[in-house]
Amino acid sequence: MDMMEKVSETALTKPKITKQRRLPVSVILSLLWTGVVVLVAVLANHIAPYQYTALDLPNRLASPFHPKHLLGTDELGRDVLSRLIFSVRISVLVALGATVISACFGTAMGFAAAHFRGRVEQSILMLADFQAAMPFLILSLSVLAFFGNALPLFIGLMGLYGWERYARIARGLAIAASAQGYAGAVRQLGASPSLVYLRHILPNISSTLIVSMTLTFPEIILMESSLSFLGLGVQPPMTSLGNMVGYGREYMTRAPWIMFAPAGLIVMTTLSISLLGDWLRDRLEKGLQ
Amino acid sequence: MTANILELSGISRSYSTRQGLFGKRVPVRAVDDVSLSLQEGQTLALVGESGSGKSTTGRIALGLERPNSGHVLFRGSELPPADTPAWRRMRAQMQMIYQDPLAALDRRLPILDQTREPLDIHDVGPASERNDKALAMLDAVGLNAGHAASLPSQLSGGQRQRAVLARALIMKPSLLVCDEPVSALDVSIQAQVVNLLMDLQRDLQLSLLFISHDLKVVRQVSQRMAVMYLGRIVEYGETRLLLSNSVHPYTRALISAVPVAGRRTRERIILTGEPPNPAARPAGCAFHPRCPIARSECANVSPAFTTLPDGRSVACHAVDGHPPIEEVGV
Repeated sequence: MDMMEKVSETALTKPKITKQRRLPVSVILSLLWTGVVVLVAVLANHIAPYQYTALDLPNRLASPFHPKHLLGTDELGRDVLSRLIFSVRISVLVALGATVISACFGTAMGFAAAHFRGRVEQSILMLADFQAAMPFLILSLSVLAFFGNALPLFIGLMGLYGWERYARIARGLAIAASAQGYAGAVRQLGASPSLVYLRHILPNISSTLIVSMTLTFPEIILMESSLSFLGLGVQPPMTSLGNMVGYGREYMTRAPWIMFAPAGLIVMTTLSISLLGDWLRDRLEKGLQ
Repeated sequence: MTANILELSGISRSYSTRQGLFGKRVPVRAVDDVSLSLQEGQTLALVGESGSGKSTTGRIALGLERPNSGHVLFRGSELPPADTPAWRRMRAQMQMIYQDPLAALDRRLPILDQTREPLDIHDVGPASERNDKALAMLDAVGLNAGHAASLPSQLSGGQRQRAVLARALIMKPSLLVCDEPVSALDVSIQAQVVNLLMDLQRDLQLSLLFISHDLKVVRQVSQRMAVMYLGRIVEYGETRLLLSNSVHPYTRALISAVPVAGRRTRERIILTGEPPNPAARPAGCAFHPRCPIARSECANVSPAFTTLPDGRSVACHAVDGHPPIEEVGV
């Protein structure tokens, strides 16, 4: 048996370490919770007991476990559970839309910086520095104050949040891959830039980008909540989690459930997505070793 | 005498680096006035220590970088600028293999997909036959279908380098630049890869530009060699002559540093000091601060090439008065 056969044999018969490690309990709970939230957001119309604008004037400020209203009602007699369900839909829509926009925009900018270098790279990096230096709350306050807050505009604005992180990640990894890595090798084979970036670099850095998305997602939910709390986010009669907290605070002493139900939901959702992101990062890094 | 497939004439390349945080920009001459030629089907070795400009010369030869001055002629015509469609089409004729095969391979794609990629890029043959072609090429470098289906991380170092070789050769290029192709491998695997490379060179009529610092490998693969020091060529000629009877003191020092098994260590020429910073190149001959036979003129005047009767060229002031030296085996 010559050397080569021995080498190939050991490489092939090497036992694959595929012992499935059990998922930590926190991850299982986070997965379940995220699944429930997504399901609620999708099926809001079907599972909400009432419309979120439906008034039940005789039962205003009813406490939780009221026979007709499981989580009680607010000052106008609107069912808190139903409003919560529709709020989840709006908040998830805003957070998801914004995260996707920010990831796509940031990655595209990062690739542009890595590909063109020189002036283009400098101006993109300067923009990113601007973005990182400016308090996002102030930026969005001024934009929403001047341009009004239609939902698409709001999602687009939230989509600007955090793009500079994706841009930096994408630029750094793309430059490293081109300088002495697979991307440089593929370029040398004669591949066009679009093939190099889309077929090779993007799949290779996607795990880093996905983990980064699980970090931005809760941040956007919180940002949406703060803006709505300040009255600049989603406008009534439409409802969102932050909007419910904002309007519920006036009744905090008399009817704390109006505020604490959405606040609890925000905490649970952001926490479970952060935990998921943490676990995902560990797993993806392990897979590449 | 066959035609030259690759000709570098007087190429120079410098990079500017900043010294310190607010320092002024200083040009570093990575490659300085290098002229080389490679004949069809032959191997030219480029030797020198780290930072001597070997790899930059290789990249310029492939058109991956543009020289600041000088010309690169491939089959008699100048290379098109990098990243133009014409340059991309030329990739089918000239390829490169790398020191670190794991870095050069995409870790997420199976070997087969990566080997057939050049065929997809250059749109060669019907798509249905490309897999078979890639498998045949992998077979030619000694990888079977099992290897073809695996990811780079599942292969050994030698197998990865074979995969890189298969990817580079599937377009049947005529020029292959090997940038330290075996220095990351085990000695036993080195021999296999070098033998494979030489077999393939014979079968495919490849011309090789072989960049290495391993003189034993160089002696085995190359017909001609050039020794580089600080971006310049100091000695250039037939490998056999250079290794058996080197003239330039730097080449002699390099050769004397090669250990020989089963023999008492012969007299070593130990160079003092470190290779000088390319940003602060010594005046005159760049080698003079470390040269054991430096004279006063070496510090001021840069030596010109002298062509010796046996066809090699040497850049050294001491060449004329140099006594012929005894044969040293490598």
